[in-house]
Amino acid sequence: MTTTDPANAGWFSEADPDDPESAAEAVRDGSADEPRDWPALAVEAGFADDEDEYYDALKEATTAATRAAVTEREAADDRQLVHAVRAMDDCERTANELAERLAEWGGTVDPDVGTGIDYARELAARDGNGADLPGDGGDRIRSLAERVADLADEAEDLREFVERQTPTVAPNLAALAGPVLAARLISLAGGLEELAKKPSGTVQVLGAEDALFAHLRGHAPSPKHGVIYVHDAVRGTRPEDRGSAARAVAGKLSIAARVDHYSGERKPELDAELEERIETIRARADGDDAATGGEGDD
Amino acid sequence: MTDALPDGVERRRFDGAERLATRGEPVYGEPTDREWRAWNPDRSKLGAMLELGMDVGLAGGDEETVLYLGAASGTTVSHVADFAGPTYAVEFAARPTRDLLSAAESRPRLFPLLADARKPETYAHVVEADVDAVVQDVATRGQARVALENRRFLADDGRLLLAVKARSEDVTRDPEDVFADVREELAEGYEILEQERLEPHHADHLGIVARPLEG
Repeated sequence: MTTTDPANAGWFSEADPDDPESAAEAVRDGSADEPRDWPALAVEAGFADDEDEYYDALKEATTAATRAAVTEREAADDRQLVHAVRAMDDCERTANELAERLAEWGGTVDPDVGTGIDYARELAARDGNGADLPGDGGDRIRSLAERVADLADEAEDLREFVERQTPTVAPNLAALAGPVLAARLISLAGGLEELAKKPSGTVQVLGAEDALFAHLRGHAPSPKHGVIYVHDAVRGTRPEDRGSAARAVAGKLSIAARVDHYSGERKPELDAELEERIETIRARADGDDAATGGEGDD
Repeated sequence: MTDALPDGVERRRFDGAERLATRGEPVYGEPTDREWRAWNPDRSKLGAMLELGMDVGLAGGDEETVLYLGAASGTTVSHVADFAGPTYAVEFAARPTRDLLSAAESRPRLFPLLADARKPETYAHVVEADVDAVVQDVATRGQARVALENRRFLADDGRLLLAVKARSEDVTRDPEDVFADVREELAEGYEILEQERLEPHHADHLGIVARPLEG
């Protein structure tokens, strides 16, 4: 029996028994609405002489397909993310710099001059070919505004990409840190594996390298936090306890990065543990208010 | 409590203690005794279900077919492949699948698949119909939905062996409330035959044995 309906054909219908590559491809790219008795159908279709031979072919095809898919996913994902988050930062920074330049220039001719990206967008959206800006520079200012607006749009698209991609690369880290901060940590460490191998003390000060080296040279206090400062648990904690909060956050984020790299399984209990730890740290403030001057560090 | 272990699974002594064991290449550093290797119920939900004496309805033997969802590094599915016939192992995360591939190497009827258990159509062209058991251990939200979606693979007299992880549905809720919701949703397509908490082997997990409803 042969089926012509491709929505309900087995992987072997697209595979050449003597070409392992085509078989692996059929396993990876195929689909069917419902399973059927594939071993029997494959024998009937002449793909294999008997079920044993079918299973041997299936073993070879699934192993090759899965190995290729794993290699591809592992090689691609965190590197893509590193580039995307760096590009996003570059686009945002450049858009802001150019927007400042634009506002300065525009202020010389435009009575309604505004500030920042908003002004660039507004100017770019104005009707009428820049004619409402006087002087020879009018067209150029308008054109610059368009570039700035485009660049800001690109930064937003990149942010969306990072937000979508990070949870598949590092589900636990993305949940604990938020996708953008998670991607930034991966980028600063140079990859997920590299981040997973760093001690949590290093994760705590990633992005504060200048302050860290100033401290190591002996003329500055040690930095309490790097980019993890933007994490709510750090920023939302009063300054006296921020060091403790940063240490707690860094500790959980390193565990999350290790789980993501070595296991890949989502562990929601990590979220709860971090939340609990931060609540304990923040409760010190309540204790201090009540007792006026509680004791110090943990 | 029954103690009908599948053929190929035995209780044997390792270092003085009686433990479940199957015959095959070791996978995760478990103790071995000649060709037998210990099955650690603390690292395997199905192992815990057997250890607790649940009647999982597996017979063992080359004719038995199994679809395993959430194979992870292959810890449990390697034991399944040791005692059962054709075993399809579905795992979605790339990193553990690399370990699954090495566990599958010495097992000619263990078929690894990198796929999302929430999208059965992406592997229905490979996994055969009417398998004897669907074993499910996926750490995602919507575990009952995954079981319902994969009912299409199960023979009418087959068994769903499900380990529900409460924390994957909602960490903040009482596990018993989560389990009640899962049971209710599961009833759309399954009749639950037996259920038991998997403590002390796995915290906040419920082991369920169910059979598919007709239609």
